[in-house]
Amino acid sequence: MRPQPPPKRPLNMQTIDLTEVGLRETNKTLHAQSADTNQTAWEIVNPRGSHAIACGLDAPIEVTVKGSTGYYCGGMNQQATVNIHGSAGPGTGENIMSGKIVIEGDASQYLGATGHGGLIVVKGNASSRCGISMKGVNIVVQGNIGHMSAFMGQSGNLVVCGDAGDALGDSCYEARFFVRGTVKSLGADCEKKEMRPEHLEILKGLLDEAGFDADPSEFTRYGSARNLYNFDVDNAAAY
Amino acid sequence: MNKHDEKGIPHTTPRQSATFTQDVNSDIRRAAATGIYDIRGGGAKRKVPSFDDLLFMGASISRYPLEGYREKCETSVTIGGLHAENPIELDIPITIAGMSFGALSGPAKEALGRGASAAGTSTTTGDGGMTPEERGHSNKLVYQYLPSRYGMNPDDLRKADAIEIVVGQGAKPGGGGMLLGQKISDRVAHMRNLPKGIDQRSACRHPDWTGPDDLEIKILELREITGWKVPIYVKVAGARPYYDTTLAIKAGADAVVLDGMQGGTAATQDVFIEHVGQPTLAIIRPAVQALQDLGMHRKVQLILSGGIRTGADVAKAMALGADAVAIGTAALIALGDNDPKWEAEYNALGTTAGAYDDWHEGKDPAGITTQDPELMKRFDPIEGGRRLRNYLKVMTLEAQTIARACGKNHLHNLEPEDLVALTMEAAAMAKVPLAGTDWYPGKPGTGF
Ligand SMILES: Cc1cc2nc3c(=O)[nH]c(=O)nc-3n(C[C@H](O)[C@H](O)[C@H](O)COP(=O)(O)O)c2cc1C
Repeated sequence: MRPQPPPKRPLNMQTIDLTEVGLRETNKTLHAQSADTNQTAWEIVNPRGSHAIACGLDAPIEVTVKGSTGYYCGGMNQQATVNIHGSAGPGTGENIMSGKIVIEGDASQYLGATGHGGLIVVKGNASSRCGISMKGVNIVVQGNIGHMSAFMGQSGNLVVCGDAGDALGDSCYEARFFVRGTVKSLGADCEKKEMRPEHLEILKGLLDEAGFDADPSEFTRYGSARNLYNFDVDNAAAY
Repeated sequence: MNKHDEKGIPHTTPRQSATFTQDVNSDIRRAAATGIYDIRGGGAKRKVPSFDDLLFMGASISRYPLEGYREKCETSVTIGGLHAENPIELDIPITIAGMSFGALSGPAKEALGRGASAAGTSTTTGDGGMTPEERGHSNKLVYQYLPSRYGMNPDDLRKADAIEIVVGQGAKPGGGGMLLGQKISDRVAHMRNLPKGIDQRSACRHPDWTGPDDLEIKILELREITGWKVPIYVKVAGARPYYDTTLAIKAGADAVVLDGMQGGTAATQDVFIEHVGQPTLAIIRPAVQALQDLGMHRKVQLILSGGIRTGADVAKAMALGADAVAIGTAALIALGDNDPKWEAEYNALGTTAGAYDDWHEGKDPAGITTQDPELMKRFDPIEGGRRLRNYLKVMTLEAQTIARACGKNHLHNLEPEDLVALTMEAAAMAKVPLAGTDWYPGKPGTGF
């Protein structure tokens, strides 16, 4: 990882104590921020693994959660940046549309499920079904990912600097997978693909955006063999 | 036919098998020729115990009726008042079920919105997302949250008047969706983030939750995103209605949508449609029991669907404890689906009006279950909307007629005591007496 300057605390940082204020009031306050708000920096303390923290945001604000989160943190995010200074529970960033979610620790299962856009960065590992049904989101994981990741992935990019578990990309459509380490097994209709210059460029861009110092040429690309796109009885066993 | 052979020995008459019927044999030949199971639209075509096996008794000396045109019989229903700031207020207890854009054309969705709004009720999106046509023409629009999450986005979510988390569908409890390549037009492909022309499979499970404990958290998330404003329904297939209703309520649902096996689908394996799930008649009482056991009957609303056709069906569903019903197939027929006026074209497709169910092929002569621009032109959404409104009004009038005859000034006041059953099966399922007796199978204290 690249050396990074110590995070500076913005002058106008607003702090919310989740345990004191409660989830409803916390999310309500964040939802009330408009496109031109000047209160762009928010910090949530004492998250204590609560579910649905900072979900449904739709403003260019930056929310930092100081601790670990439960299910669906940053769910359906639009525009905002959500930093999780801890580990993230299941379904973090599900259906993300735009903006960014950065997880300092590990991510549980279904990370970025069905996400349509934006970027999710994991500095630790991501569990099973990472990027399941992804529809355009980009996910960059510094560590490893678990089994059945990107199941039915439709579009977007999943970058894994470590290893991938069983059945990567099962029944995937047009999503791309870049793995630097090993892949335990490929799912149905997922195959190794040629890494062309345009792919290296996409990969480099994503690694840069995530702040990970990895050499794109060390990665292998995987994607759909497109054999299951239209039913054929000879492929019946693969369904 | 030879009556005897050359030696004069008589032949037996040709006899068709009750096991290997012509239908069965044609399906075997179809399977042998294609190597794929039969996919079709619609609901179970087999005969199952149904609302037709129930009758209302009407008024007598012990109960007096209401005067047809003078004494009011209310029909309104409020859905989702338990947790939501803005519950859905409907003039009539008949809603339009979720049917996907993709399965239906844009103009057909528009017509559903027009008809439902004119009749004072809601429509529902479906797999494939929310179209401007239906949002624009539906006063009350329920947004489905499905396993596939096709077209799912928070902007549309916030435009919805209610959210329906779809766990299952009566036509295929435990099954996912299917939209064959022919119907994946540019617009459908774009809304679903998929390549054009591929066979599109929808998942059968939600990608980011499993089980009742997760469902509770998912409901919390959706409420947080929409500020606790709109009701959240949970739609389940008629599989294990007592437990599913119990778990949905415990997870925090405002309403439970329960869909029996006659319920339609856009495209599912025939074997699934005909062999998985329970008949609509069989699932109401267990669901109502679950609501009552939790003290939630009439607080969490029960919306019943699967083969609802008439005001009598509506009245029977409500008498057994439902708060409202939803219709899919019947609404399509009202719009003009399977109309005999297209008989020649149905014949050309190898079928006949009333039996046409290859909706997934996108060749619907009525222009409703298609994405073909030429066929779509045949369907006028304004006329379609008017027809649907008429039909909804007629169903409501029919239900009111029955309710008044039973002495009820609101459809919700209909009760099981107003009903008898024609068959033992229906008596057991509806827990109302077999006609002419005071008994039903399983009645407590009767030794059965
Ligand atoms: C053409 C068509 C499309 C459907 N699409 C959906 C869908 O997208 N999501 C869903 O939950 N149910 C879907 N259904 C099922 C209906 O919501 C409803 O459960 C069923 O139609 C009710 O039974 P009925 O058709 O006998 O009235 C569809 C049904 C039909 C006929």
